[in-house]
Order: sequence, then C-alpha cells, then structure tokens
Amino acid sequence: MATYSTNEFKSGLKIMIESDPCTIVENEFVKPGKGQAFSRVKIRNLKTGRVVERTFKSGESVEAADVMDTDMQYLYNDGEFWYFMVPDTFEQYPATKEAVGEAAQWIKGEETCVVTLWNDVPLAVAPPNFVVLAVTDTDPGLRGDTSGGGGKPATLETGAVVRVPLFINIGEELKIDTRTGDYVSRSKD
Amino acid sequence: MKNIPDWQPAASLENLKLRARVLAEIRAFFSVRDVMEVETPLLSSAGSTDPYLDSFTSHYQGPLFPAGQTVYLQTSPEFAMKRLLAAGSGAIYQICKAFRNGESGGQHNPEFTMLEWYRPGFDHHILMDEVEALIAAILKTAPARRITYRDLFLEYVGLDPFGLSAEVARAYLQARDIHPPELAGTAIDDWLSLIMTHVIEPALGAEPVFVYDFPASQAMLARVVQAKPAVAQRFELYINGMELANGFYELADAGEQRRRFEADLQQRQQLGLTAVGMSQALIAALESGLPDCAGVALGVDRLLMLAANSESITEVLAFPLDRG
Repeated sequence: MATYSTNEFKSGLKIMIESDPCTIVENEFVKPGKGQAFSRVKIRNLKTGRVVERTFKSGESVEAADVMDTDMQYLYNDGEFWYFMVPDTFEQYPATKEAVGEAAQWIKGEETCVVTLWNDVPLAVAPPNFVVLAVTDTDPGLRGDTSGGGGKPATLETGAVVRVPLFINIGEELKIDTRTGDYVSRSKD
Repeated sequence: MKNIPDWQPAASLENLKLRARVLAEIRAFFSVRDVMEVETPLLSSAGSTDPYLDSFTSHYQGPLFPAGQTVYLQTSPEFAMKRLLAAGSGAIYQICKAFRNGESGGQHNPEFTMLEWYRPGFDHHILMDEVEALIAAILKTAPARRITYRDLFLEYVGLDPFGLSAEVARAYLQARDIHPPELAGTAIDDWLSLIMTHVIEPALGAEPVFVYDFPASQAMLARVVQAKPAVAQRFELYINGMELANGFYELADAGEQRRRFEADLQQRQQLGLTAVGMSQALIAALESGLPDCAGVALGVDRLLMLAANSESITEVLAFPLDRG
C-alpha cells in the first residue's frame, strides 16, 4: 500500500480518507508555541465533491489514493454505462451515470474527455471545455435579427437545453462552453 | 510566489529595506535602555532536549576534539545567554539565527531570526510592558490586551483548560468540524494546542494579546507557582492570531532544571527520538546563581511579516530554504 507522509503534502495530492479518494486543496504547517507539529489540510472528496478539513500529526503517514487523470475518447452509452476508450491502447472503460454526472449532457461521441480513474475504475468525467452540438428544437429563427439580444431556449442533440440568440434555427451547429453551459457562437465548420 | 527566478531573493527589495530599518530600531530601543547586545555561539555540543524541537546536528573534528564531536545548531540562544547572566552580565539582548529542523510553512522557515532578551530584576509582567513598548514602537500597535490562559479558553472556547479531559477536547473539536488526528496516549497539552491553533488563534483580532499563566505542564523554562491549579509564569504574545513572542519569569533552580531536562530526555526516548546532550554548563551556571530575571524570545521574521502585512514568511526572507 503506497502512503504519503505529511511532509509530502501539497495541493493536488490524492489521498484516501475514510475509504474515499480525496485531493488536497490546501495544506498548512501548524506548530504551536511549544509542542507537537501538525499538518492542517483542506481536502475535496472526489466522489462527493465535498470539501472537509483534517488535521494530521506531523510525520504521520496517509494512504495514497490510486487516482489518475487520463485522456479518453467517448464512444457511446448503452443506457447503463458510458463507454470511454484510451486512444493509444484501445482499452475501454465503462463509466456509471454517477461518474459521468453533468458531462453526460455535453457529449455525443468522439469527444476527448478527462476520465479520472480510481483503482482503474472511472470516478469522474470532465468533458472538453468546448463542444459543438446541433440544435434539435427551438422556436423559429427571426430572420434579420443578428443582434444576439434577448435570447430563447434551444434543445441540443444531447438533450441539453441552452440559451441561444433569437436568430438560431433548428439544425444549426453551436459551440458551447461546458464549464458555464453558455452558447459561444455558431460553429465555423 | 509569482514566478521569481530561483536565484533572486524571495523578499521584495522594499521588505529587505524594512528588515534593515527594523533591526536598527530594535538596536536603538535597547541602546537607550542600556541593555547590552551580545553574541553567543550558534554551534554547541549541547542541544535542546525539548522533544518537539528537532536540532540540526553536525560534526566537528580537529584541534580540541581530535576524535570528533557532535555539535548542534542552536534552537535558541537561551542557555548561553543565561550563562552570561549568571556571570554577571546584567541586562542583555541578542539578534541571532536559530535553527529548527522539520519546520517549514507559512509562518516557519527552518532557519530564522530571533530577538531574545533578559532583564534582571523584572518579572514576566514587567517584561510584558517592555515587549509592548517595543512592538508599539515598530508596529504602531494599539494597547495590548492581557488575559490568562484560563480566561482565554473560557472566553473563546467556553471550556476550562485546567482539568480538561482528552474526550471533551476531542468532542469539542469534532463538533466544530475539525477532525483531529488520533492522539492516543498524548498529553492533554496537545489537545489544548490544537484548540489554540485551530479555534482561538483565528479568532484573535489584530490587537496585540498577551496570554499568561500557562498550565504548569507547559512551563518549559519558566517558574511554576504551586497554586491551585499550578501555573507557569510564562507568556505568549499574539498579533493577528500569530504567535510572535514567548517569555518566562526564568527558572533559576538548578535541581528543578535538571529534573525538567531529564523528563524531556525520558519523553524523547519514549517517542523514539535521538538523545541530546543536556547542557551541563547551564546547570552549573544555575547552581552558581542566576539573577532573578525574566526573558523573552521574539520572532523577527514574523515581526516583519506584521510590519509588511505579509501572508507568508517567505515574503520577508531574502532566501528561504527552497531558494537556499
């Protein structure tokens, strides 16, 4: 079992806390006037996203979390799992609905996503920052209005609903920022 | 740190100038008060026995010690300065480097600058007045608050630190979502320290606060008053929730000093730490007679952090360890 000493603590280090993989957000060396030194850390639980605080005795060892971020191509979903593939090895990984989370509404296939593996099982999926998706439903476009003012909801091919300018029509391909869920532009292609 | 090339100082030129100015102010402060500046060795063949201070160890070989001799970099100049006091030096101060292995963080660098001074004829209360005068001169601080360790805990925590059990301390920390480590078999003092660093320090404001009358178990080299409960005549100064200074009404009893050293060494053994040679010279000096005095150590780098409003000690150091 790999472990890390508190001396190795730094933000981004992946450790196990109460059987859950976590990442260190912040690490502070605490040494009271006289007495034992401590490491006071803020950690994010990678399964729940919750940030909690823990204090360790200086020099104490903590189990390392076998967590790795890997670029993978999204293939398809079969209703139960979302399948991702490592391009170099063609190795495939099924990810659960929980692991895919919000990413599900932005990916339709072939996108390169960052899949966080824990003990070789997908734990979380981050979609590309920008995706291009077709509009499957929206109110008819207003010809001539290119101001972009106002806006209306549009349903995309993945089922996501985003706010778009009034001039957008069904069938158009749009560039979307997945971090904010905002419409960026019409696709240039 | 914002991508400063490694060869360059971590501190801004402005902060380096501030350091020069503050050092000059400290020397002027003691000069008008007729306190003599002294220098004592950084290297000594006796180290600190404190189980929670890890001395850097080196090795001397040559004339005087042809077979070689283990030497320690000092963790504070306390022992040597007390030998000077016992030899009749009168009031003395020193600005020097102190070294503590394993200590690096926002408020720690393993090598740091310490201001330490001793006042024959003072007790810790009179010395607090002088510390307050010094920081007021340098930091233009508001008048300091003085509060006993017990009242501090009662006010900020609602618990009496004297007679507090580990179970109550743990439950208290857990209720505040501070998940403490396993401190199996650890003295109550570690729990009190955790409450101090995690709960009280962040709640202390910008005004200077002197905390005094510590539990006897945290006496270090301070006198203990056998009252109920027994308290150590020790104080700490906090500004902005950061510990800046630690002072004692100095223990002068050689027998008691030897017992504390031996207790330290025993604890070091229990913790599996290396044995450190105790300062026989300090014991001998106390046997010959240490004048009634109070002494205090103040972290100069932290003083500069406060003067410069710095978040990290590296902002006031030319070359912290990772640039050494």
